[in-house]
Amino acid sequence: MDCVVTGGNVKVLAKAIHSLSRIGEELYVEPQEDGLALRSVNSSRSAYACFLFAPLFFSRFTTPSGQTFRCKMAIKSVQAVFRSLASLEKTVEKCHIQLDEQKNRLTFTLHCKHGLLKTHNLSFQDSESLQAVFDKDSCANEFRSQPRLLVDTVIHFPQSVDEVTVSVNDERMWFRNHVEDEAEQARAMLTELCLASDEFDHFAVKSHGSITFCLKELRGLLVFAESTGLPITMYFDEPGSPVVLSVTDSVLEGNFVLATLSEDAGHRKNNSRGGRSPQPPPPPDDFMNDDMDSFIIAMDTSMAPGPSTSRPSTSRSDYSTCSKQSTAANHRTRHRSEEEEEEEEDNTDDLDRPPNKKFCSLFFGSVLPPSSQMTTQPVISQEVLASDSEDDPQDE
Amino acid sequence: MPLLTQSQADDEEYVLVASLDNARNLSNILKAITFKDHAIFSATPNGLKVTVEDSKCMQANAFIQAEIFQEFTIKEDLVGFQVNLTVLLDCLNIFGGSTVPGVSTALRMCYKGYGYPLTLFLEEGGVVTVCKINTQEPEEPIDFEFCSSNVTNKVILLSESLKEAFSELDMTSEVLQITMSPNQPYFRLSTFGNSGNAHYDYPKDSDMMELFKCTKTQTNRYKMSLLKPSTKALALSCKVSVRTDSRGFLSLQYLVRNDDGQICFVEYYCCPDEEVEEE
Repeated sequence: MDCVVTGGNVKVLAKAIHSLSRIGEELYVEPQEDGLALRSVNSSRSAYACFLFAPLFFSRFTTPSGQTFRCKMAIKSVQAVFRSLASLEKTVEKCHIQLDEQKNRLTFTLHCKHGLLKTHNLSFQDSESLQAVFDKDSCANEFRSQPRLLVDTVIHFPQSVDEVTVSVNDERMWFRNHVEDEAEQARAMLTELCLASDEFDHFAVKSHGSITFCLKELRGLLVFAESTGLPITMYFDEPGSPVVLSVTDSVLEGNFVLATLSEDAGHRKNNSRGGRSPQPPPPPDDFMNDDMDSFIIAMDTSMAPGPSTSRPSTSRSDYSTCSKQSTAANHRTRHRSEEEEEEEEDNTDDLDRPPNKKFCSLFFGSVLPPSSQMTTQPVISQEVLASDSEDDPQDE
Repeated sequence: MPLLTQSQADDEEYVLVASLDNARNLSNILKAITFKDHAIFSATPNGLKVTVEDSKCMQANAFIQAEIFQEFTIKEDLVGFQVNLTVLLDCLNIFGGSTVPGVSTALRMCYKGYGYPLTLFLEEGGVVTVCKINTQEPEEPIDFEFCSSNVTNKVILLSESLKEAFSELDMTSEVLQITMSPNQPYFRLSTFGNSGNAHYDYPKDSDMMELFKCTKTQTNRYKMSLLKPSTKALALSCKVSVRTDSRGFLSLQYLVRNDDGQICFVEYYCCPDEEVEEE
């Protein structure tokens, strides 16, 4: 892989990376036929973001012919390459990204003014494909606005607010901070904002309702959109289905997919300890019975071409399914222990922790793909899982 | 100069008297070398030299020539003492370090000699403060034996270009490697951190490079923790000279302009971490 970004696009690339860092700790890099995809996902898999830069974004763009290459690296290391955004515009003339296959390194070379050359050789790990299932076009509701509108809305919610509820009817959209417990509602500060449909560039509502999602991850997109001035399009359906926020222009497309709270969970009233009944029952150790566990994220997306995504998984079947499985195991154990933790103490001094575990389970439940193409993969992986299962009861 | 009249009678007893209309001309430059609590003061008729050392392998010196002071009287060839630099800086900024133009703290620094405290008279807006700071036996500053005749490579860069590089240095790297060579890459700063390595290359014909005199290719590594404090001096300076000698010892010299446009120098010496001759 060999690509060159020049002029103002270097800053756009840097901003995209910084906004992906608000989602997850790792950056997934995948050069594709249609451009360079940079993706990130959060630890609870309830938020996913992808930026796709078309070949025209670059002044030179060559991908390795034949084999697909994808890798992941600590996003902090890549941020370090583009540390001071303010000076990027003024000093960097071009940025050259090259893959060194022998040394397993991705080299970022910044050619700056006065002849200064900054070279960063970053190590990476091979990774499985990271793509989320979502279909913007099938969503009932679609809104488009200038980034300023959303930025000005979100600014009214203090940083401590984790979740926000968005409600729509034919003419209006409300933003309200989401407070879980009844007890807390009496003490918490409630903020509500109302936006009229004429404040939007496009306002199409087919289904009235409310969705609740995490605000923190949205802020990452807002920073990017505001600096590039691109309008944001928001797509959502019913509660439980993810909300998709997109920014597009002729050479790039960014999608932020955030899980939303499902309806039953939203109606919990007298709920303190142990009131987390809408949670799926603790899953059995036998993975075969758990749909949610049978696919992490590697699924086809309406954006990506079908064949290329299925091939890599099968070629790396042993490694990737094992890693999926262990990730799932960790995910579940953490799932349970976090539940316990949350009951014992006040939550969230650690903002990286998923604000609400309900999101992750529902995200996958809601995106269970109906197509037969998808199910062939889980079946294969389930077979492997059964024999390699770390939590195999017989071993314990 | 309101302070002069107050202590004129005591002048006979002081071996060193140094006065400044603007104490910032001293405090700013001292901030550039404050990474340890204690500093060795050496005053000669040429001026004042303040030395701070770390781990016996790094030394920073600030030079303020006699001409910078409004008054500089010294009765011996060499007057030396050691004081707590942090306390001294706190005293120099006792009036809050206001940056309102036209308002400045005037300073009169007096020392009676061995065993006596360092006395500071500070005045701003008619208010006078007297500070007495205990002094200690001065330690002998290390002589790095860095002489011009032994210098193998030397470059002078405009500080502006180095400032960015130093602020971006990967702090997870334990060392900062400096390569100087008559050939490519000419002048290179390298770090080796957790996520990979990084190189900052300055070509010899860059317009940031004021002087380039490299005779042989040398690569030396220095502990990052020892060099990081030099960033403060870099921030104050407009030019920096980087020199290495045949042993791989590093000398960084910073040209600093004070509030009144006068020139002072700050110098850092550092021993190499390990010697790597050629890559």
